Amino acid sequence: MLQPSRRSLWDLVAPEAASPTRFLADPQTRILVRDLADSTTLSAKPETLRGLSVMISTDRQLLTALALIELDGIARRIVLCTPDLSPAFVQSAMIDGEVDVVVTDGGGPTREVDHTLKTIRIGTRLRETHVTADRSVDTEWILFTSGTTGRPKLAMHTLTSLVGPLVDNPAAGRIPVWSTFYDIRRYGGLQIMLRALAGGGSQVFSSAAEPVADFLKRAGECGVTHISGTPSHWRRALMSGATASMAPDYVRLSGEACDQAILDSLQRAYPHANVAHAFASTEAGVAFDVRDGKAGFPAALIDAKGSGVEMRVEDGSLRIRSSRTAARYLGDVAPALSNEVGFIDTGDLLELRGDRYYFIGRREGIINVGGQKVHPEAVEAVINEHPAVSVSRVSARKNPITGAVVVAEIVLKPTATPANAEFQAIVEEIRKLCHDRLDPHQVPVTFREVPSIEVAASGKLVRPRA
Amino acid sequence: MTVRSVILEQITRVGEQQRRQLAPLTDSLPLLDSGLDSLCLAIIVAGLDDELGLDPLSASDDVEFPVTLGEFIKLYENAAA
Repeated sequence: MLQPSRRSLWDLVAPEAASPTRFLADPQTRILVRDLADSTTLSAKPETLRGLSVMISTDRQLLTALALIELDGIARRIVLCTPDLSPAFVQSAMIDGEVDVVVTDGGGPTREVDHTLKTIRIGTRLRETHVTADRSVDTEWILFTSGTTGRPKLAMHTLTSLVGPLVDNPAAGRIPVWSTFYDIRRYGGLQIMLRALAGGGSQVFSSAAEPVADFLKRAGECGVTHISGTPSHWRRALMSGATASMAPDYVRLSGEACDQAILDSLQRAYPHANVAHAFASTEAGVAFDVRDGKAGFPAALIDAKGSGVEMRVEDGSLRIRSSRTAARYLGDVAPALSNEVGFIDTGDLLELRGDRYYFIGRREGIINVGGQKVHPEAVEAVINEHPAVSVSRVSARKNPITGAVVVAEIVLKPTATPANAEFQAIVEEIRKLCHDRLDPHQVPVTFREVPSIEVAASGKLVRPRA
Repeated sequence: MTVRSVILEQITRVGEQQRRQLAPLTDSLPLLDSGLDSLCLAIIVAGLDDELGLDPLSASDDVEFPVTLGEFIKLYENAAA
Protein backbone atom coordinates (compact mmCIF):
# COMPACT_ATOMS: atom_id res chain seq x y z
CA MET A 1 0.00 0.00 0.00
CA LEU A 2 0.98 3.59 -0.52
CA GLN A 3 3.45 5.12 1.87
CA PRO A 4 3.76 8.87 2.15
CA SER A 5 7.57 8.71 1.89
CA ARG A 6 9.14 8.16 -1.51
CA ARG A 7 9.08 4.53 -2.53
CA SER A 8 9.98 3.51 -6.02
CA LEU A 9 7.87 1.25 -8.18
CA TRP A 10 10.50 -1.44 -7.59
CA ASP A 11 9.93 -1.06 -3.84
CA LEU A 12 6.18 -1.39 -4.31
CA VAL A 13 6.53 -4.44 -6.54
CA ALA A 14 9.13 -5.97 -4.18
CA PRO A 15 10.27 -8.83 -6.45
CA GLU A 16 12.52 -10.24 -3.72
CA ALA A 17 9.51 -10.83 -1.47
CA ALA A 18 6.92 -11.60 -4.12
CA SER A 19 4.54 -14.52 -3.85
CA PRO A 20 5.70 -17.30 -6.19
CA THR A 21 2.42 -17.13 -8.09
CA ARG A 22 2.54 -13.44 -9.01
CA PHE A 23 3.07 -12.86 -12.70
CA LEU A 24 3.01 -10.38 -15.56
CA ALA A 25 1.69 -11.81 -18.82
CA ASP A 26 1.00 -10.78 -22.38
CA PRO A 27 -0.08 -13.08 -25.26
CA GLN A 28 3.52 -14.25 -25.82
CA THR A 29 5.19 -14.38 -22.42
CA ARG A 30 4.53 -14.90 -18.75
CA ILE A 31 7.13 -13.57 -16.31
CA LEU A 32 7.13 -14.36 -12.61
CA VAL A 33 7.55 -11.20 -10.55
CA ARG A 34 9.96 -13.05 -8.26
CA ASP A 35 12.32 -13.70 -11.17
CA LEU A 36 12.84 -9.95 -11.60
CA ALA A 37 14.95 -9.86 -8.43
CA ASP A 38 18.69 -9.54 -9.16
CA SER A 39 18.09 -9.32 -12.88
CA THR A 40 17.49 -6.88 -15.68
CA THR A 41 15.75 -7.01 -19.02
CA LEU A 42 17.69 -4.02 -20.36
CA SER A 43 20.73 -4.25 -22.63
CA ALA A 44 22.58 -1.81 -20.33
CA LYS A 45 22.79 -1.64 -16.57
CA PRO A 46 19.90 0.43 -15.18
CA GLU A 47 22.50 2.43 -13.25
CA THR A 48 23.82 3.92 -16.52
CA LEU A 49 20.48 5.71 -16.92
CA ARG A 50 20.72 7.50 -13.58
CA GLY A 51 19.53 11.08 -13.78
CA LEU A 52 18.65 10.88 -17.47
CA SER A 53 15.43 11.57 -19.35
CA VAL A 54 14.28 8.28 -20.87
CA MET A 55 11.67 7.74 -23.57
CA ILE A 56 10.06 4.29 -23.52
CA SER A 57 8.83 3.11 -26.91
CA THR A 58 7.78 -0.53 -27.25
CA ASP A 59 5.38 -2.65 -29.24
CA ARG A 60 4.60 -4.82 -26.24
CA GLN A 61 3.03 -3.37 -23.11
CA LEU A 62 4.75 -5.97 -20.97
CA LEU A 63 8.15 -4.54 -21.90
CA THR A 64 7.08 -1.02 -21.03
CA ALA A 65 5.98 -2.36 -17.65
CA LEU A 66 9.36 -4.01 -17.06
CA ALA A 67 11.19 -0.80 -18.03
CA LEU A 68 9.05 1.21 -15.61
CA ILE A 69 9.74 -1.17 -12.75
CA GLU A 70 13.48 -0.99 -13.42
CA LEU A 71 13.83 2.73 -14.11
CA ASP A 72 11.47 4.52 -11.71
CA GLY A 73 13.65 6.04 -9.01
CA ILE A 74 16.74 5.98 -11.26
CA ALA A 75 15.79 8.05 -14.32
CA ARG A 76 15.12 11.75 -13.89
CA ARG A 77 12.19 11.54 -16.26
CA ILE A 78 10.30 8.81 -18.11
CA VAL A 79 8.33 9.71 -21.24
CA LEU A 80 5.77 6.99 -21.97
CA CYS A 81 4.99 6.73 -25.69
CA THR A 82 1.49 5.64 -26.60
CA PRO A 83 1.68 3.11 -29.45
CA ASP A 84 -0.22 5.14 -32.05
CA LEU A 85 1.73 8.37 -31.61
CA SER A 86 2.60 10.02 -34.93
CA PRO A 87 6.31 10.57 -35.72
CA ALA A 88 5.91 14.35 -35.52
CA PHE A 89 4.56 14.11 -31.97
CA VAL A 90 7.39 11.73 -31.00
CA GLN A 91 9.92 14.25 -32.26
CA SER A 92 8.36 17.17 -30.43
CA ALA A 93 8.09 15.04 -27.27
CA MET A 94 11.81 14.22 -27.55
CA ILE A 95 12.50 17.96 -27.52
CA ASP A 96 9.92 18.99 -24.92
CA GLY A 97 10.89 16.04 -22.72
CA GLU A 98 14.64 16.74 -23.13
CA VAL A 99 15.02 13.04 -23.86
CA ASP A 100 18.55 11.57 -23.53
CA VAL A 101 17.93 7.88 -24.16
CA VAL A 102 15.33 5.73 -25.90
CA VAL A 103 14.47 2.36 -24.35
CA THR A 104 12.82 0.17 -26.98
CA ASP A 105 12.08 -3.37 -28.11
CA GLY A 106 12.68 -2.14 -31.65
CA GLY A 107 9.03 -1.24 -32.00
CA GLY A 108 6.76 1.48 -30.78
CA PRO A 109 6.39 4.90 -32.40
CA THR A 110 10.13 5.78 -32.31
CA ARG A 111 10.69 3.16 -35.03
CA GLU A 112 9.33 5.63 -37.58
CA VAL A 113 11.51 8.49 -36.32
CA ASP A 114 15.06 9.40 -37.38
CA HIS A 115 16.96 10.35 -34.27
CA THR A 116 20.52 10.28 -32.97
CA LEU A 117 19.70 9.53 -29.35
CA LYS A 118 21.33 6.63 -27.57
CA THR A 119 19.16 3.49 -27.77
CA ILE A 120 18.91 0.75 -25.15
CA ARG A 121 17.12 -2.48 -25.95
CA ILE A 122 14.64 -4.22 -23.73
CA GLY A 123 13.37 -7.79 -24.06
CA THR A 124 11.76 -10.50 -21.99
CA ARG A 125 15.00 -12.40 -21.37
CA LEU A 126 16.24 -11.78 -17.86
CA ARG A 127 19.97 -11.18 -17.39
CA GLU A 128 21.50 -11.49 -13.96
CA THR A 129 22.82 -8.27 -12.52
CA HIS A 130 23.39 -6.57 -9.22
CA VAL A 131 20.26 -4.53 -8.89
CA THR A 132 20.91 -1.08 -7.54
CA ALA A 133 19.47 -0.32 -4.14
CA ASP A 134 19.33 3.39 -4.78
CA ARG A 135 16.00 4.28 -6.30
CA SER A 136 15.57 7.58 -4.52
CA VAL A 137 15.15 9.88 -7.54
CA ASP A 138 11.64 11.35 -7.65
CA THR A 139 11.19 10.41 -11.30
CA GLU A 140 8.82 12.49 -13.43
CA TRP A 141 6.39 10.36 -15.39
CA ILE A 142 5.29 12.04 -18.61
CA LEU A 143 2.00 10.78 -20.06
CA PHE A 144 0.34 11.72 -23.33
CA THR A 145 -3.23 12.91 -22.83
CA SER A 146 -5.90 10.88 -24.57
CA GLY A 147 -8.01 13.76 -25.81
CA THR A 148 -10.61 12.76 -28.37
CA THR A 149 -9.46 15.49 -30.73
CA GLY A 150 -6.37 17.48 -31.54
CA ARG A 151 -2.77 17.23 -30.53
CA PRO A 152 -1.94 15.18 -27.43
CA LYS A 153 -0.45 17.11 -24.54
CA LEU A 154 2.28 15.89 -22.19
CA ALA A 155 1.06 15.73 -18.60
CA MET A 156 3.61 15.43 -15.83
CA HIS A 157 2.96 13.04 -12.96
CA THR A 158 5.07 11.37 -10.30
CA LEU A 159 4.62 7.87 -8.94
CA THR A 160 3.06 9.47 -5.86
CA SER A 161 0.36 11.27 -7.85
CA LEU A 162 -0.25 8.12 -9.90
CA VAL A 163 -0.62 5.71 -6.99
CA GLY A 164 -2.62 8.23 -4.94
CA PRO A 165 -5.86 6.64 -6.18
CA LEU A 166 -4.78 3.28 -4.83
CA VAL A 167 -6.37 4.01 -1.48
CA ASP A 168 -9.70 2.92 -2.97
CA ASN A 169 -8.28 -0.44 -4.02
CA PRO A 170 -11.16 -2.87 -3.57
CA ALA A 171 -10.59 -5.52 -0.95
CA ALA A 172 -9.74 -8.90 -2.40
CA GLY A 173 -9.66 -12.20 -0.57
CA ARG A 174 -7.16 -13.81 -2.91
CA ILE A 175 -4.20 -12.46 -4.82
CA PRO A 176 -5.88 -10.19 -7.38
CA VAL A 177 -5.17 -10.69 -11.06
CA TRP A 178 -5.77 -7.41 -12.83
CA SER A 179 -6.33 -6.75 -16.47
CA THR A 180 -7.51 -3.96 -18.66
CA PHE A 181 -8.64 -3.38 -22.21
CA TYR A 182 -6.67 -0.15 -22.00
CA ASP A 183 -3.13 0.17 -23.12
CA ILE A 184 -1.02 0.70 -19.99
CA ARG A 185 0.72 3.61 -21.65
CA ARG A 186 -2.47 5.60 -21.17
CA TYR A 187 -3.62 6.88 -17.81
CA GLY A 188 -6.58 4.50 -17.56
CA GLY A 189 -4.41 1.45 -18.17
CA LEU A 190 -1.46 2.66 -16.14
CA GLN A 191 -3.77 3.09 -13.15
CA ILE A 192 -4.78 -0.54 -13.36
CA MET A 193 -1.24 -1.82 -13.73
CA LEU A 194 -0.11 0.24 -10.74
CA ARG A 195 -3.00 -1.17 -8.72
CA ALA A 196 -1.80 -4.65 -9.63
CA LEU A 197 1.85 -3.97 -8.92
CA ALA A 198 1.43 -1.96 -5.73
CA GLY A 199 -1.37 -4.14 -4.40
CA GLY A 200 0.56 -7.40 -4.57
CA GLY A 201 -1.32 -8.63 -7.62
CA SER A 202 -0.61 -9.97 -11.07
CA GLN A 203 -1.26 -8.23 -14.36
CA VAL A 204 -2.52 -9.52 -17.70
CA PHE A 205 -1.76 -7.17 -20.59
CA SER A 206 -4.01 -6.68 -23.59
CA SER A 207 -2.62 -6.45 -27.09
CA ALA A 208 -3.92 -4.29 -29.92
CA ALA A 209 -3.45 -7.18 -32.36
CA GLU A 210 -5.54 -9.63 -30.34
CA PRO A 211 -9.24 -10.12 -31.15
CA VAL A 212 -11.53 -9.27 -28.23
CA ALA A 213 -12.82 -12.84 -27.87
CA ASP A 214 -9.23 -14.17 -27.65
CA PHE A 215 -8.36 -11.59 -25.02
CA LEU A 216 -11.39 -12.53 -22.92
CA LYS A 217 -10.48 -16.21 -23.21
CA ARG A 218 -6.90 -15.51 -22.16
CA ALA A 219 -8.15 -13.38 -19.26
CA GLY A 220 -10.27 -16.32 -18.15
CA GLU A 221 -7.35 -18.74 -18.43
CA CYS A 222 -5.14 -16.39 -16.40
CA GLY A 223 -7.80 -16.17 -13.68
CA VAL A 224 -8.42 -12.43 -13.99
CA THR A 225 -10.32 -11.12 -10.97
CA HIS A 226 -10.34 -7.37 -11.69
CA ILE A 227 -10.73 -5.85 -15.13
CA SER A 228 -11.32 -2.37 -16.52
CA GLY A 229 -12.13 -0.66 -19.79
CA THR A 230 -14.09 2.16 -21.35
CA PRO A 231 -17.81 1.69 -22.06
CA SER A 232 -16.78 1.32 -25.73
CA HIS A 233 -14.35 -1.47 -24.82
CA TRP A 234 -17.08 -3.22 -22.85
CA ARG A 235 -19.68 -2.87 -25.62
CA ARG A 236 -17.25 -4.59 -27.95
CA ALA A 237 -16.72 -7.33 -25.37
CA LEU A 238 -20.48 -7.84 -25.13
CA MET A 239 -20.75 -7.88 -28.93
CA SER A 240 -18.04 -10.57 -29.13
CA GLY A 241 -20.38 -13.02 -27.43
CA ALA A 242 -17.37 -14.23 -25.40
CA THR A 243 -17.96 -12.54 -22.06
CA ALA A 244 -18.55 -15.93 -20.41
CA SER A 245 -14.88 -16.84 -21.08
CA MET A 246 -13.94 -15.12 -17.83
CA ALA A 247 -15.50 -14.66 -14.42
CA PRO A 248 -14.15 -11.50 -12.78
CA ASP A 249 -15.11 -10.29 -9.30
CA TYR A 250 -14.75 -6.65 -10.22
CA VAL A 251 -15.65 -4.98 -13.49
CA ARG A 252 -14.76 -1.35 -13.92
CA LEU A 253 -15.67 1.29 -16.49
CA SER A 254 -14.01 4.66 -16.99
CA GLY A 255 -12.85 7.06 -19.66
CA GLU A 256 -16.23 7.87 -21.20
CA ALA A 257 -19.67 8.79 -19.90
CA CYS A 258 -21.19 5.56 -18.62
CA ASP A 259 -24.91 5.05 -19.26
CA GLN A 260 -27.36 2.83 -17.38
CA ALA A 261 -27.74 0.42 -20.32
CA ILE A 262 -24.08 -0.64 -20.32
CA LEU A 263 -24.02 -0.99 -16.52
CA ASP A 264 -27.11 -3.21 -16.63
CA SER A 265 -25.75 -5.30 -19.52
CA LEU A 266 -22.49 -5.94 -17.67
CA GLN A 267 -24.26 -6.81 -14.45
CA ARG A 268 -26.33 -9.36 -16.39
CA ALA A 269 -23.18 -10.76 -18.01
CA TYR A 270 -21.39 -10.94 -14.64
CA PRO A 271 -24.10 -11.35 -12.00
CA HIS A 272 -21.57 -12.03 -9.21
CA ALA A 273 -19.25 -9.16 -10.02
CA ASN A 274 -19.11 -5.72 -8.52
CA VAL A 275 -19.70 -3.47 -11.56
CA ALA A 276 -18.26 -0.05 -10.83
CA HIS A 277 -17.62 3.05 -12.85
CA ALA A 278 -15.02 5.68 -12.16
CA PHE A 279 -14.10 9.14 -13.24
CA ALA A 280 -10.48 9.71 -14.14
CA SER A 281 -8.50 11.69 -16.66
CA THR A 282 -4.81 11.96 -17.47
CA GLU A 283 -4.71 15.48 -16.11
CA ALA A 284 -7.07 15.24 -13.15
CA GLY A 285 -6.28 11.74 -11.96
CA VAL A 286 -8.88 9.48 -10.40
CA ALA A 287 -11.69 11.46 -8.79
CA PHE A 288 -14.16 8.85 -7.60
CA ASP A 289 -15.60 5.35 -7.99
CA VAL A 290 -19.34 4.65 -8.12
CA ARG A 291 -20.35 1.20 -6.98
CA ASP A 292 -24.12 1.33 -6.56
CA GLY A 293 -24.76 0.10 -10.10
CA LYS A 294 -26.35 3.37 -11.18
CA ALA A 295 -25.21 5.83 -13.81
CA GLY A 296 -24.08 9.24 -12.61
CA PHE A 297 -22.81 9.93 -9.11
CA PRO A 298 -24.26 11.17 -5.81
CA ALA A 299 -24.50 14.94 -5.70
CA ALA A 300 -23.08 14.83 -2.18
CA LEU A 301 -19.62 14.18 -3.66
CA ILE A 302 -19.53 17.75 -4.95
CA ASP A 303 -18.02 20.16 -2.43
CA ALA A 304 -17.60 17.25 0.03
CA LYS A 305 -14.70 17.58 2.44
CA GLY A 306 -12.19 15.06 3.63
CA SER A 307 -11.98 12.59 0.75
CA GLY A 308 -8.66 13.90 -0.53
CA VAL A 309 -10.31 14.99 -3.76
CA GLU A 310 -12.24 18.22 -4.02
CA MET A 311 -14.82 18.58 -6.74
CA ARG A 312 -16.78 21.60 -7.89
CA VAL A 313 -19.16 22.38 -10.69
CA GLU A 314 -18.42 25.66 -12.44
CA ASP A 315 -19.96 26.80 -15.73
CA GLY A 316 -21.56 23.38 -15.86
CA SER A 317 -18.32 21.39 -15.89
CA LEU A 318 -16.57 19.26 -13.31
CA ARG A 319 -13.51 20.83 -11.66
CA ILE A 320 -11.10 18.72 -9.62
CA ARG A 321 -8.35 19.51 -7.15
CA SER A 322 -6.36 16.72 -5.52
CA SER A 323 -2.89 15.33 -4.94
CA ARG A 324 -3.56 12.98 -7.83
CA THR A 325 -3.71 15.64 -10.50
CA ALA A 326 -0.83 16.06 -12.92
CA ALA A 327 1.66 18.75 -11.87
CA ARG A 328 1.75 20.57 -15.20
CA TYR A 329 1.97 20.21 -18.94
CA LEU A 330 5.40 19.94 -20.50
CA GLY A 331 6.56 22.07 -23.41
CA ASP A 332 7.27 25.65 -24.46
CA VAL A 333 3.76 26.53 -25.52
CA ALA A 334 2.02 24.42 -22.90
CA PRO A 335 -1.15 25.97 -21.46
CA ALA A 336 -1.76 26.20 -17.73
CA LEU A 337 -3.17 22.91 -16.49
CA SER A 338 -5.12 24.27 -13.56
CA ASN A 339 -6.46 27.61 -12.44
CA GLU A 340 -4.75 29.77 -9.82
CA VAL A 341 -6.27 27.82 -6.93
CA GLY A 342 -5.31 24.44 -8.35
CA PHE A 343 -8.61 23.27 -9.82
CA ILE A 344 -8.47 21.47 -13.16
CA ASP A 345 -11.37 21.97 -15.57
CA THR A 346 -12.14 18.49 -16.88
CA GLY A 347 -14.33 19.84 -19.72
CA ASP A 348 -16.88 17.19 -18.75
CA LEU A 349 -20.33 18.70 -18.41
CA LEU A 350 -22.70 17.69 -15.62
CA GLU A 351 -26.44 17.90 -15.12
CA LEU A 352 -28.14 17.57 -11.74
CA ARG A 353 -31.20 15.32 -11.77
CA GLY A 354 -32.65 14.58 -8.36
CA ASP A 355 -29.80 13.78 -6.00
CA ARG A 356 -27.35 12.67 -8.69
CA TYR A 357 -25.13 14.33 -11.21
CA TYR A 358 -24.98 12.84 -14.70
CA PHE A 359 -22.29 13.34 -17.32
CA ILE A 360 -23.99 14.81 -20.35
CA GLY A 361 -21.01 15.27 -22.64
CA ARG A 362 -17.83 17.13 -23.42
CA ARG A 363 -17.79 20.89 -23.77
CA GLU A 364 -16.12 20.70 -27.19
CA GLY A 365 -18.66 18.12 -28.42
CA ILE A 366 -21.78 20.24 -28.06
CA ILE A 367 -24.06 20.40 -31.11
CA ASN A 368 -25.85 23.70 -31.64
CA VAL A 369 -29.33 23.27 -33.11
CA GLY A 370 -30.75 26.72 -33.76
CA GLY A 371 -29.11 28.09 -30.61
CA GLN A 372 -30.13 25.15 -28.44
CA LYS A 373 -27.43 22.87 -27.13
CA VAL A 374 -27.39 19.13 -27.63
CA HIS A 375 -24.94 16.80 -25.91
CA PRO A 376 -24.36 13.74 -28.10
CA GLU A 377 -23.77 11.47 -25.09
CA ALA A 378 -27.13 12.39 -23.54
CA VAL A 379 -28.94 11.38 -26.73
CA GLU A 380 -26.87 8.20 -27.08
CA ALA A 381 -27.78 7.23 -23.50
CA VAL A 382 -31.47 7.23 -24.47
CA ILE A 383 -30.94 5.38 -27.77
CA ASN A 384 -28.80 2.75 -26.01
CA GLU A 385 -31.72 1.92 -23.73
CA HIS A 386 -33.48 0.23 -26.62
CA PRO A 387 -32.90 -3.51 -26.18
CA ALA A 388 -31.88 -4.04 -29.82
CA VAL A 389 -29.15 -1.39 -29.73
CA SER A 390 -25.56 -2.36 -29.12
CA VAL A 391 -23.97 1.06 -29.48
CA SER A 392 -24.84 4.39 -31.03
CA ARG A 393 -23.10 7.56 -32.05
CA VAL A 394 -24.79 10.93 -32.34
CA SER A 395 -23.30 13.73 -34.38
CA ALA A 396 -24.14 17.01 -36.10
CA ARG A 397 -25.29 17.41 -39.67
CA LYS A 398 -25.10 20.85 -41.26
CA ASN A 399 -28.44 22.44 -41.90
CA PRO A 400 -29.35 25.74 -43.59
CA ILE A 401 -32.27 26.45 -41.22
CA THR A 402 -30.86 25.72 -37.76
CA GLY A 403 -27.12 25.53 -38.48
CA ALA A 404 -27.13 21.86 -37.53
CA VAL A 405 -29.45 19.00 -36.82
CA VAL A 406 -28.77 15.84 -34.84
CA VAL A 407 -28.24 12.52 -36.62
CA ALA A 408 -27.60 9.07 -35.20
CA GLU A 409 -25.75 5.95 -36.27
CA ILE A 410 -26.76 2.68 -34.68
CA VAL A 411 -25.11 -0.72 -34.38
CA LEU A 412 -27.68 -3.40 -33.58
CA LYS A 413 -26.96 -6.35 -31.34
CA PRO A 414 -26.00 -9.48 -33.29
CA THR A 415 -29.08 -11.24 -31.95
CA ALA A 416 -31.25 -8.47 -33.34
CA THR A 417 -29.87 -8.31 -36.88
CA PRO A 418 -33.01 -7.69 -38.87
CA ALA A 419 -33.97 -7.39 -42.47
CA ASN A 420 -34.15 -3.76 -43.51
CA ALA A 421 -37.90 -3.57 -42.98
CA GLU A 422 -37.43 -4.58 -39.36
CA PHE A 423 -34.74 -1.96 -38.87
CA GLN A 424 -37.32 0.66 -39.80
CA ALA A 425 -39.63 -0.75 -37.13
CA ILE A 426 -36.84 -0.53 -34.54
CA VAL A 427 -36.11 3.03 -35.65
CA GLU A 428 -39.72 3.99 -35.04
CA GLU A 429 -39.49 2.56 -31.51
CA ILE A 430 -36.25 4.43 -30.88
CA ARG A 431 -37.71 7.62 -32.30
CA LYS A 432 -40.66 7.31 -29.94
CA LEU A 433 -38.31 6.64 -27.01
CA CYS A 434 -36.37 9.78 -27.93
CA HIS A 435 -39.53 11.89 -28.33
CA ASP A 436 -40.74 10.77 -24.91
CA ARG A 437 -37.47 11.47 -23.15
CA LEU A 438 -35.76 14.31 -25.00
CA ASP A 439 -36.53 17.81 -26.16
CA PRO A 440 -37.60 17.98 -29.82
CA HIS A 441 -34.30 19.52 -30.98
CA GLN A 442 -32.36 16.67 -29.35
CA VAL A 443 -34.16 13.93 -31.25
CA PRO A 444 -32.08 12.67 -34.19
CA VAL A 445 -33.48 13.59 -37.58
CA THR A 446 -32.15 10.40 -39.14
CA PHE A 447 -31.14 7.01 -37.79
CA ARG A 448 -28.72 5.04 -39.90
CA GLU A 449 -27.77 1.43 -39.32
CA VAL A 450 -24.02 0.86 -39.51
CA PRO A 451 -22.05 -2.39 -39.06
CA SER A 452 -19.66 -0.85 -36.52
CA ILE A 453 -18.55 2.42 -35.00
CA GLU A 454 -14.89 3.20 -34.83
CA VAL A 455 -13.23 3.13 -31.44
CA ALA A 456 -9.96 5.05 -31.13
CA ALA A 457 -6.79 3.54 -29.69
CA SER A 458 -7.68 5.36 -26.47
CA GLY A 459 -10.75 3.14 -26.15
CA LYS A 460 -13.15 6.01 -26.77
CA LEU A 461 -15.65 6.42 -29.58
CA VAL A 462 -14.18 8.38 -32.47
CA ARG A 463 -16.20 11.58 -32.71
CA PRO A 464 -16.09 13.59 -35.91
CA ARG A 465 -15.72 17.31 -35.36
CA ALA A 466 -19.02 19.10 -35.80
CA MET B 1 -43.21 11.17 -57.81
CA THR B 2 -42.96 14.87 -58.50
CA VAL B 3 -40.82 17.21 -56.43
CA ARG B 4 -44.03 18.82 -55.24
CA SER B 5 -45.54 15.58 -53.98
CA VAL B 6 -42.29 14.55 -52.25
CA ILE B 7 -42.21 17.89 -50.44
CA LEU B 8 -45.84 17.75 -49.39
CA GLU B 9 -45.44 14.20 -48.13
CA GLN B 10 -42.29 15.16 -46.20
CA ILE B 11 -44.08 18.11 -44.58
CA THR B 12 -47.04 15.96 -43.57
CA ARG B 13 -44.76 13.27 -42.12
CA VAL B 14 -42.64 15.71 -40.10
CA GLY B 15 -45.78 17.48 -38.92
CA GLU B 16 -47.09 14.18 -37.55
CA GLN B 17 -43.75 13.20 -36.00
CA GLN B 18 -43.46 16.57 -34.29
CA ARG B 19 -47.13 16.50 -33.31
CA ARG B 20 -47.92 19.74 -35.12
CA GLN B 21 -51.30 21.03 -36.18
CA LEU B 22 -50.71 21.99 -39.81
CA ALA B 23 -52.68 24.57 -41.79
CA PRO B 24 -54.07 23.42 -45.17
CA LEU B 25 -51.03 23.16 -47.47
CA THR B 26 -51.77 25.69 -50.21
CA ASP B 27 -49.20 27.51 -52.33
CA SER B 28 -50.10 30.87 -50.81
CA LEU B 29 -49.62 29.62 -47.24
CA PRO B 30 -46.82 31.59 -45.52
CA LEU B 31 -44.38 29.06 -44.04
CA LEU B 32 -44.40 30.91 -40.72
CA ASP B 33 -48.16 30.35 -40.47
CA SER B 34 -48.02 26.71 -41.51
CA GLY B 35 -47.61 25.34 -37.99
CA LEU B 36 -44.02 24.34 -38.77
CA ASP B 37 -41.34 25.86 -36.55
CA SER B 38 -37.71 26.21 -37.60
CA LEU B 39 -36.80 22.78 -36.20
CA CYS B 40 -39.54 21.21 -38.34
CA LEU B 41 -38.26 23.09 -41.39
CA ALA B 42 -34.72 21.96 -40.61
CA ILE B 43 -35.88 18.34 -40.45
CA ILE B 44 -37.83 18.73 -43.71
CA VAL B 45 -34.81 20.24 -45.48
CA ALA B 46 -32.58 17.40 -44.24
CA GLY B 47 -35.17 14.82 -45.35
CA LEU B 48 -35.47 16.37 -48.80
CA ASP B 49 -31.69 16.36 -49.13
CA ASP B 50 -31.77 12.60 -48.47
CA GLU B 51 -34.75 11.88 -50.70
CA LEU B 52 -34.14 14.23 -53.64
CA GLY B 53 -30.41 14.86 -53.27
CA LEU B 54 -31.25 18.56 -53.28
CA ASP B 55 -30.41 21.21 -50.71
CA PRO B 56 -30.95 24.50 -52.57
CA LEU B 57 -30.87 26.58 -49.37
CA SER B 58 -27.28 25.46 -48.73
CA ALA B 59 -26.26 25.54 -52.37
CA SER B 60 -25.37 29.21 -52.41
CA ASP B 61 -25.10 32.07 -49.96
CA ASP B 62 -27.46 34.47 -51.70
CA VAL B 63 -30.54 32.27 -51.88
CA GLU B 64 -33.60 34.29 -51.08
CA PHE B 65 -35.43 32.51 -48.33
CA PRO B 66 -38.90 31.41 -49.49
CA VAL B 67 -41.80 33.05 -47.70
CA THR B 68 -44.71 30.93 -48.90
CA LEU B 69 -45.05 27.20 -49.41
CA GLY B 70 -45.38 27.84 -53.15
CA GLU B 71 -42.01 29.61 -53.19
CA PHE B 72 -40.46 26.82 -51.19
CA ILE B 73 -41.65 24.20 -53.68
CA LYS B 74 -40.55 26.41 -56.61
CA LEU B 75 -37.04 26.64 -55.14
CA TYR B 76 -36.74 22.85 -55.16
CA GLU B 77 -38.35 22.50 -58.58
CA ASN B 78 -35.85 24.98 -60.03
CA ALA B 79 -32.96 23.16 -58.35
CA ALA B 80 -34.16 19.87 -59.82
CA ALA B 81 -34.56 21.28 -63.34
